[in-house]
Amino acid sequence: MTRTWNPELASREIEALTHLEGALLPVLHRLQEVFGYIPAEAVTLAASALNLSRAEVHGVVSFYHDFRTEAPARLVVRLCQAEACQAAGARAAAAALMGRLKTEFMKVAPDGSVVVEPVYCLGLCAAAPAALIGDRLLAALDGASLCEAVEAAL
Amino acid sequence: MTRIFVPADSLALALGADDVARCLSEELTRRRVKATIVRTGSRGMAWLEPLVEIETPGGRVGYGPVKARDVPSLLDAGLLTGNGHALLLGPVNELPWMSRQTRLVFARCGEIDPLDLEEFRRLGGFLGFERARALGPAETIAQVTASGLRGRGGAGFPAGVKWKSAADTQASRKFVVCNADEGDSGTFADRMLMEGDPFLLIEGMAIAGFAIGASKAYVYSRSEYPRANRIFAQALELARRAGVLGERAFAPGCGFDIELRVGAGAYVCGEETALLESLEGKRGMVRAKPPLPVHHGLFGKPTIINNVLTLASVPWILVNGSDAYAAMGHGRSRGAMPIQLSGMLKHTGLFEAPFGMTLSEIINDIGGGSRSGRPIKAVQCGGPLGAYFPPSLFDTIYDYEAFAARDGLIGHGGIVAFDDSADMGEQARFAMEFCAIESCGKCTPCRIGAVRGQEVIDKLRNGERTQENVALLEDLCQTMKLGSLCALGGFAPYPVLSALRHFPEDFRPRSPEKEQVP
Repeated sequence: MTRTWNPELASREIEALTHLEGALLPVLHRLQEVFGYIPAEAVTLAASALNLSRAEVHGVVSFYHDFRTEAPARLVVRLCQAEACQAAGARAAAAALMGRLKTEFMKVAPDGSVVVEPVYCLGLCAAAPAALIGDRLLAALDGASLCEAVEAAL
Repeated sequence: MTRIFVPADSLALALGADDVARCLSEELTRRRVKATIVRTGSRGMAWLEPLVEIETPGGRVGYGPVKARDVPSLLDAGLLTGNGHALLLGPVNELPWMSRQTRLVFARCGEIDPLDLEEFRRLGGFLGFERARALGPAETIAQVTASGLRGRGGAGFPAGVKWKSAADTQASRKFVVCNADEGDSGTFADRMLMEGDPFLLIEGMAIAGFAIGASKAYVYSRSEYPRANRIFAQALELARRAGVLGERAFAPGCGFDIELRVGAGAYVCGEETALLESLEGKRGMVRAKPPLPVHHGLFGKPTIINNVLTLASVPWILVNGSDAYAAMGHGRSRGAMPIQLSGMLKHTGLFEAPFGMTLSEIINDIGGGSRSGRPIKAVQCGGPLGAYFPPSLFDTIYDYEAFAARDGLIGHGGIVAFDDSADMGEQARFAMEFCAIESCGKCTPCRIGAVRGQEVIDKLRNGERTQENVALLEDLCQTMKLGSLCALGGFAPYPVLSALRHFPEDFRPRSPEKEQVP
């Protein structure tokens, strides 16, 4: 479970990692792990703790696909869309799920319940297509089993 | 006590291995049978996962693929003594997939509890490190050089040469960096090794640190591999407690430690200089070379960056000798490669073998040919930046130079098979799209070329000025190949040009009949 934003807690979490060389990525990962995303205020805190400019921290946050600047949907479904999964039907499985949820990639459902994100390789290529539904890995999916697994997790 | 082995590798878990283990444990309790369930990595036979194994006097016997609901009937049939059942596969090491391999790096993977340090030692773990210490740094590097080991990350650069350059550079600090940013689709060997035999990677890294004179090492892994990261972090802690890592790792006063860092979903960070930037806490922007990382690497210090498989190959070389390693392979590609098969094949997974097989042997004999019943149309070798090979090129020998001669690459050892339902024009467009999504943006050919590439392919597929647009696409690819700073922009043209050359019909407007093909 993620916590609501709390600057004191954020500062403590940052402080615990400043001894690392090149600490920014571990810091950002930790903040996102604790709060679910990296709000603008966290960028300021991280910048000042690591003696960086806010622009530098923002540049890093925006460079990496993983970092979010807004609270995520309650359920994040990451569907592998890379070649090995494509070869085994990932496009059709994705289309089936989008049809069922009446959504598209990266579009959070209006009620904030779910978002489907593409991911380029979960390393389960030998049993494709694969997905990460919340923190549960699933492999050898097809449209029907993917929809079923997502609906069960909703 | 009888030991039952159930994999806890990510792929097995994604296919229900935890449910199998839980059900097995409950059934054993209910039947008052005493047996130990050992959680292992994976043997690499994905189509048989979850693969349950039993220790018998005649060796380990396998059953698979096992679902939780099969557990009662397996126990009824005599699972604990390796008796018959519809899912019985027989002795695991005698299965053709296993017996045809030369497992050097993956010898223990799938066989042992990955966090059992005693078992690791009992099966030869740390012997390579002891050998390195007995040989000394210079002779250790000489052994690695003589083995012919080349970088398994994709570039195929001789590992010993890299190590020697770093060893010869004077500096206050040096670093070993393990590139575990296994972003190529169709590759999963690094993940399997980190989940199945993490101490082997630690041993390889310790040897590298000892050889070049580094006291600190980093593993740069991926956020997409949470389980591998968890297991590897635990292995690091166990190694520290056992004194393998820490202040006295090499000798009193001569310490060595490894820190695990996790990327944040940027494919380009698998490129070694972008990886260094990321480790330093910056955007993963590619650096221009020279200076080379061996002279000016992490935090400006001499750094060797090696792939997981390269480092994990070194203990075997030191224990068995460089001659034994160099005796395997083909041409200038020495030793064995963990080949990773995926896509529309009957048998997918990891198969470690010396270089020198033909693609046809790999696809048809090892992989068992098409799973869907439709003919194989093409295989993509070496990840998203690798060329598509049509069946007419399946006589190509699996070797760095033979692949390069056909405009292909071995890369990190991934092979993805597509059946004839694949649209190679769509795949070519995806190569450009992926390059555009993942480009770090530093150099123009990659940043802009990838976007223009998608547009030109779209025009071709809409039937606009075919001849001119084909010439334009080829010209653009040439610019990207020659003008990009790193392999992302430099190799993205390979899947595009190979698809265009071998499947030109897929770049034309799709006819109504073709639309009807499911």
